[in-house]
Amino acid sequence: MVTKTLRAPYDGIVMAAPVTIPYVRYSVESAQWWIGQAIRELVTQAGIKVSDIDGLCVSSFTMGPDSGVGLTQHFGLCVRWLDTIPLGGASAIAALRRAARAVQAHDADIVACVAGDANHVDSFRLTLENFSRFNQDAVYPYGAGGANSSFALIARNYMRTYGVTREDLGKIAVSQRANALRNPHALMKSPLTMEQYLAARPISDPIHLFDCVMPCAGAEAFLVMRDDTAKSLGLPAAKLLSTIERYNAFAEDPMQVRGGWAMDIDELYAMAGVKPDDLDVVQTYDDYPVIVMMQFEDLGFCRKGEGADFVRQHDLTIGGDFPHNVSGGQLSVGQAGAAGAYLGLVEGLRQVLGTAGPTQVKDAKLALASGFGMINYDRGLASGAAIFAGPSR
Amino acid sequence: MIEPIKPPGRKNPLLRTRLPTAPPRPRSRKSHGFTRAAAEGRFMLQCCEACGTFCYPAREACPSCLSSGLAFVDAPRRGTLLSETTARVPSDVYFRERAPWRAGLIKMDCGPIIIAHLHADCVETAAVLMSFQLDKSGQAVAFARPEGETPNMADDRQWRELTADPKFRRVLVTNGRSVVGQEAAMALKAAGAKTVFVGIAEPWRPFPGESALRGHEGIEIVALDAADEKSVNDLAADIGGKVDILVNTTEYVRAGGLLDRRGTSVMRDEIDQAYLGFVNLAQGFGPAMRMRGADGVNNAAAWVNVLSVYALANWPAFGAYSASQAACLSLSHCLRAELRPGGVKVVNLFTGPVDNEWFQTVPPPKVAPRAVASAIVSALKNGLEDVYVGDVAEEIRQRLAANPKALERELDR
Amino acid sequence: MQSKNLLELASAISSGAVRVVDLTFTLSPDFPVIVLPPEFGQAAPVRIQEISRYDGRGPAWYWNNVTFGEHTGTHFDAPIHWFTGKDLANNAVDTMPTRDMMAPACVIDCSAQAAKDPDFLLSIADVEAWEAKHGKIPARHWVLLRTDWSKKGWRDYANLRDDGAHTPGPNPAVMKWLVEERGIIGFGTETIGTDAGQAGHLDPPYPAHHFLHGGGRYGLQCLCNLDQLPPTGAVIVAAPLKIQNGSGSPLRVIALVAS
Repeated sequence: MVTKTLRAPYDGIVMAAPVTIPYVRYSVESAQWWIGQAIRELVTQAGIKVSDIDGLCVSSFTMGPDSGVGLTQHFGLCVRWLDTIPLGGASAIAALRRAARAVQAHDADIVACVAGDANHVDSFRLTLENFSRFNQDAVYPYGAGGANSSFALIARNYMRTYGVTREDLGKIAVSQRANALRNPHALMKSPLTMEQYLAARPISDPIHLFDCVMPCAGAEAFLVMRDDTAKSLGLPAAKLLSTIERYNAFAEDPMQVRGGWAMDIDELYAMAGVKPDDLDVVQTYDDYPVIVMMQFEDLGFCRKGEGADFVRQHDLTIGGDFPHNVSGGQLSVGQAGAAGAYLGLVEGLRQVLGTAGPTQVKDAKLALASGFGMINYDRGLASGAAIFAGPSR
Repeated sequence: MIEPIKPPGRKNPLLRTRLPTAPPRPRSRKSHGFTRAAAEGRFMLQCCEACGTFCYPAREACPSCLSSGLAFVDAPRRGTLLSETTARVPSDVYFRERAPWRAGLIKMDCGPIIIAHLHADCVETAAVLMSFQLDKSGQAVAFARPEGETPNMADDRQWRELTADPKFRRVLVTNGRSVVGQEAAMALKAAGAKTVFVGIAEPWRPFPGESALRGHEGIEIVALDAADEKSVNDLAADIGGKVDILVNTTEYVRAGGLLDRRGTSVMRDEIDQAYLGFVNLAQGFGPAMRMRGADGVNNAAAWVNVLSVYALANWPAFGAYSASQAACLSLSHCLRAELRPGGVKVVNLFTGPVDNEWFQTVPPPKVAPRAVASAIVSALKNGLEDVYVGDVAEEIRQRLAANPKALERELDR
Repeated sequence: MQSKNLLELASAISSGAVRVVDLTFTLSPDFPVIVLPPEFGQAAPVRIQEISRYDGRGPAWYWNNVTFGEHTGTHFDAPIHWFTGKDLANNAVDTMPTRDMMAPACVIDCSAQAAKDPDFLLSIADVEAWEAKHGKIPARHWVLLRTDWSKKGWRDYANLRDDGAHTPGPNPAVMKWLVEERGIIGFGTETIGTDAGQAGHLDPPYPAHHFLHGGGRYGLQCLCNLDQLPPTGAVIVAAPLKIQNGSGSPLRVIALVAS
């Protein structure tokens, strides 16, 4: 039997230069345009030259037929380390993990992690159609409800199993909207009340309109390097404490009621040397409120089945006792394809760097960001999480 | 509880006829194992030859042991509906105009999880029976229905999208001179067809069974000689816009093969009647049917060919006839592809020798014309594509699958 | 004969002084054909297939491909059609003398008898009765049997019952007599076939075919408009297609009738 070993610690690995290219609902620009703008903003914010970037990690649903290789020539990059990560909602955590080990091993010094997606009027439907082989064979032909229908099946079963009400899920969406109203770049700009949430039109029962993210175009990015590099550049940076990722966990569960986090959560906190209670900001992957609730359980804030209680007992807004998805999350900012995976992490980075502006949580030093995604068939297969700390901690 | 569908009223001529759209079509090559199962009305799943694990969706390797030996085998149909959803704003045009659309996730008793279209009477946490059906793209989809019978079960809206039930539809049986044609007309009428048009070639020639056919309520005799282009076009001009199901019962059977026949005139007749007749019917009726694939409750739904099972393997005693049937079989695949954009099914019935005068000297078992007729109705009601009627046809199917060469040698007797 | 007379005929035709009566049914797929037991070889039915009709298949023109058996529609039987005439010289439609294609006709009206009895058989007595009124049938004349059968709907026209067709025709004796004693050039009917529907049960079977073709004479069938012809004096033009070694052919049959 092969012995499972613990992950080696990160040693002086930092993240810097959180970049968001403000989202738009529809854009005629291509994914390459959005990714190019994000890299330009990285360089500007970090005060480096393009040639200083010697590692690149990109994620995009819509940059086909390009891969990362084509982008190096497109953007005039000469890198010695390159990765293309097509892991959907887990892409940001995965990119961070790859880049961290690359700079730790001196395979690269400065890795640019970027995600960006176009949103043409028809691109969302095309993405749904061509999502995966199992999806194409055995999901999409059943009403073509896309992710909404897949998550609806999960949500309905979860709600029935654990006695979760729509109000419980609504509180997550309503709180995030409150946060988003402080984020000038959020696509959702009007307040959302619980009454409005409950009265929204059904999309794929029990998923209603405000349970869904709005597909849009946009890009997100950050840099990964060693702290000596950051210091030499005079760059404020956040220290990476621990990460996990997992695929196809709990395959024996007939329906998904938990994500892969639950397999790795003990090591996540042990490696970081923190407890869940120590976190100042939690940025979950919020493609649907039900997945957020599942993460509250699986990331160790409460036990399985107690997610609804946990939500009822906490204030999830910026000023609350459990600041969560403080920029508004994908539910209120928009989901810019693979950039949606980055949204929580990049905002969390701003939080611990103290540069979040109107959405800043007071004295935020320690943050957790998670990723989730890829409903290949009947469940989300990918999960990941990272804990990182600001310079003041 | 399903409300019975109502007989459709007359069409409003001021409204544009809804054009057919199709559900998503792309599939992996492997998943056409389900297409094959659905075509024959079987429920098959991949089962690992090494470890016995059933799996789904279609895979290239067993998720339990990574063996590539995943054979499609008949599988237990029972499962439990774990969760359901109703898609109300699908992104795809076909489903959007049919929304709300109900689908669910079923845990099969034999293991796999299957996402399926749901019969309206399926209940969460209760048992369901699974089948594979062909949708309007011609692709296999899983369909779950309650374990027991429920009232008006066949009238379920989503089920009707996958079938071609004759209820309230108008049917053309192309050849009412044959007993098969007459039985088919009666059976379709009994199955709820609004009108059954029955084609009679050379109406000046009387034929047995004529008076029963003429006196039958809802059966309308029309002049139709499928082998005559003009006759077909004249009839299509008359009724082409209201034929929802066309049942091609052309029958031209002559014994004999090649060497003991002199010349080509019998061959020509066989080709004229069976093959060119099919061509004429397709050209006459196909375009309107393809256009009317989504035209309400009584939309164009299916084209049925009654073929000999010897279309699949030549029987030298009826060798030239077998060849004419093989030509029709090949053509049916072309027709299937061309009618597909309309969502119109092409059903092939493969019969063994029918109990009629042309197979008089052939020993039993033979297929009763009535059995062919009920197989037609059943194929339409269940949305099948390939149907083997009678013991001989079923045996040929199995022997062909086992070893086509052995079948060829053994048919030469 | 002087060419002047021929020109007079042409001018009489042109002016209408000589009527041209069409004795032909339209050649169409719907027209009944002879019914044989299905195990025998069958006459190919008439098929008309469009090649193009001012469309993509031929933008400026309309034409058809036509197929049919030699014995379909209003048609001509040559001696080679029957075994009794198989060894005669010039017995096919391509070799028969062209002068045989035009000849006068005697029209025997049996429409009253046929209306009463679909199995009516023309006898020598019937012809003698006709001769008593109109004179002896001259040699090299057509004898046309008028039954008004051509006015019927097609089901009644074919008049098929469980024991076969029931349509009028000649009896064996009159056929032998017309060929041998009167020297007729041919015999024509309105029905499908020069013989009666039940003629297979006569002795010899199909006497019209047997004696006509055995004697090198011709048959015409599926004629119409015989009621527009006088008992005597009409001239029949019946020129079959020149099919190599053909046993017969559909054709246009016209009659010239002085008014």
